Amino acid sequence: MTVAGKMRQYQVVGRKAGTDENPNPEAYRMIIFAPNAVIAKSKFWYYMHQFRKMKKTTGEILDCVEIVEKNARIVKNYGIWLRYSSRSGTHNMYREYRDLKLTGAVTQLYNEMAGRHRTRPRSIQIIRTAALEAKDLKRVNGMQFAKRNVKFPLPHRVSSGKRNMKALSGSTFTTNRPTTYFG
Amino acid sequence: MVFKRYVEVGRVVLVNYGPDAGKLATIIDIVDQNKCLIDGPANLTGVNRQVISYGRIVLTDLTVKVCRNARQKTLSAAWAEADIQAKWESSSWAKKLVAKQKRATLSDFDRFKVMVAKKQRSAIIAKKMKELK
Repeated sequence: MTVAGKMRQYQVVGRKAGTDENPNPEAYRMIIFAPNAVIAKSKFWYYMHQFRKMKKTTGEILDCVEIVEKNARIVKNYGIWLRYSSRSGTHNMYREYRDLKLTGAVTQLYNEMAGRHRTRPRSIQIIRTAALEAKDLKRVNGMQFAKRNVKFPLPHRVSSGKRNMKALSGSTFTTNRPTTYFG
Repeated sequence: MVFKRYVEVGRVVLVNYGPDAGKLATIIDIVDQNKCLIDGPANLTGVNRQVISYGRIVLTDLTVKVCRNARQKTLSAAWAEADIQAKWESSSWAKKLVAKQKRATLSDFDRFKVMVAKKQRSAIIAKKMKELK
C-alpha cells in the first residue's frame, strides 16, 4: 500500500455473506492501520482471507470506523510487534516508539523500517501494539527519555531561523565560520 | 565548553520557525532526541500544546518550576510567579528582536531620520574624541 503522511487506526468488522445454509455467519473484527478507510477495508480482506476462508467477493464489510486516540496530549511509550519480509526471508520484530498517539508511533514505524531495512509498507504486517509503562520498555533509546528529570543540552546547533537562506549565513560569501554553540 | 541551557521540563524556549515563530513557549515533556512537547501556556503566549522539533526552537536562559505534563492552569500560575514575561522583555535578546522588527518596518523617511540621527551621534563622538586627544 502507499503510505503517504500519517497512518490512521480503523476498526473493521466483516463477515462472510449470509447464505441459505448459513444465514447468520460469524462476524470478525480487526484493528487495521492504514492511511485511509479505503485501504483499511482492503487490508481487512487481505488479512481475513489469510486467516479464514473468506474473501471480498464472498463477504461483506459491516462497519469501518476510525479509532481516535483517547488522550493525544501526553507522551506515551508504544511497543509494536510486527512481521516483515526482507530480501532473504520473513522475520518477527519488536520495536518501541515514544509518541503522543498510537497512530503516530505506527507512522514512525513504517518510516523507520523503510529507512533502516528498506522494507516497503506492503511487506510489513503489524501483529500487535501496546502502550507500555516506562518500566516495561526494553529498548535503550526510549528508556533514556522515559526517566524522571531528563535533561540534556543541544550541542552543535544550526540556527534554524536561517532555513531559507544559505544555511548558516545571510550572505553567499563570508569571512567568518558560523557559530554552532548556543549555550 | 560548559553547557548552561538544557532541554528540560520547564525550560522556556523561543519558537523560531513555523506558524508560531517569534513566540515564547515552555517545554512540558520530552518525546525523544528530536522533539519535545511544548505549551505556551496558550493563554499567555498564543502557542498551543504541541509537539515540536528542536530545530524549530531556541532555548533561552529562563526556566519555570513545573512538573511534567503540566496543565495550562498550573503552567500559567508558574509563569506569573516566575515573572517570565517581564524577565524576557527586559533581556537584551528580546530587545534586539524588537529593534530588528522595527527596522524591518521602517519607511524611507524613517530610514532618512535614522541616517541623520547617526550622523549627529558620530559628530558628537568625534568632537569628544578630539577634545580628549
